[in-house]
Amino acid sequence: MKMKKILVISLLAVFGVYLTEALFKLDFGRQFFQQGVKDFYLVTTPMKLQVANVVTAIVVNFRGFDTLGEVTVLFLATTAMGSILYKGRHQLGERAVLFSGSRIVTTGSRLLFPAIILLGAYVFIHGHLTPGGGFQGGVIIATGFLLMLMAYADYSVSHIVLSVVESLAGITFATIGLLGMLHGGSFLQDFLPNGSLNDLLSGGIIPIIYIAVGFKVGAELTGLIYTALNEKD
Amino acid sequence: MNFTLFDLKIIEYSFFITAILVIMIGLYGALVKKSLIKVVIGLSVFDSGINLLLISVGYITSGTAPIFSPALVKDMPLTLENIKKLSAGMVDPVPQALVLTAIVIGFGVTAVALSLVIRLYRHHQTLNIDEIKNLKW
Repeated sequence: MKMKKILVISLLAVFGVYLTEALFKLDFGRQFFQQGVKDFYLVTTPMKLQVANVVTAIVVNFRGFDTLGEVTVLFLATTAMGSILYKGRHQLGERAVLFSGSRIVTTGSRLLFPAIILLGAYVFIHGHLTPGGGFQGGVIIATGFLLMLMAYADYSVSHIVLSVVESLAGITFATIGLLGMLHGGSFLQDFLPNGSLNDLLSGGIIPIIYIAVGFKVGAELTGLIYTALNEKD
Repeated sequence: MNFTLFDLKIIEYSFFITAILVIMIGLYGALVKKSLIKVVIGLSVFDSGINLLLISVGYITSGTAPIFSPALVKDMPLTLENIKKLSAGMVDPVPQALVLTAIVIGFGVTAVALSLVIRLYRHHQTLNIDEIKNLKW
């Protein structure tokens, strides 16, 4: 017991000293990655794609296929959690947290819920203009549903609606990728007109994909929270 | 004054030092703690430390966020020189995009780990690793 703690602390100390030493050799705050990579992204994004947020352009346009894989990983995590916690449909509906919130909590959360959903939608619709995007907006929407599920003991979301929304969003993402292929390029090729910088309707396929990702992440996370809350022995 | 180069470096490199400390705290929690919930919390903290480290690697001194917002662009015509001038003061966007992926993966890992912990608790009626057989190191 004591031995283990000493062992772990000495191991971590050695690891930490080596990591610190290695990082101290880097020039902090100066560009030590390959010079061209950062400049390529920072110049190409506003010039050719007309997208203001460079991080969004990298995630959705330059590395769009990677994002499709990321969404798949999230879907897999949700499925794995559902299959681990699954105990038979007839037991659903009985909540691990069985008490309702007080009147202040229920009224307040009913008031706040539309505002949270609106904020989430704003964040993922404006993903190519301001900080944020599909993943962040989806998480904000899921927090709204978490608030409602915690405040009301009998609040329920339909698993069928959630899976329909999730599947439609995923199909939209894959279809846009295939349309780019049909348009004579590679998978997820940008085939829509780019518009002008800092317009809401600009950036080609980026807003459409991020809206689909926002719906998908919101539905998946809501389903995940609902599964965990309805988990029963 | 007695400021040496080393002192200034400590201040400058505090991002790295903080990130490494967070990584160490997370690893310590994951390796030493007995409660399974605390092990999962340790893994999550470890994740955050790695994300912080990656973000601070991409930092450029007094750089801004890599967003060409209307307040930054103003009425400048979008020529190559103007964009190069603006982008010289921006941090590296590549680690940020990588960290966005890493956060989502970390979230998935935490969710699956927590659901496994729930199942273990239902089966053994305890979260202590020592009391759950075949799960010790």
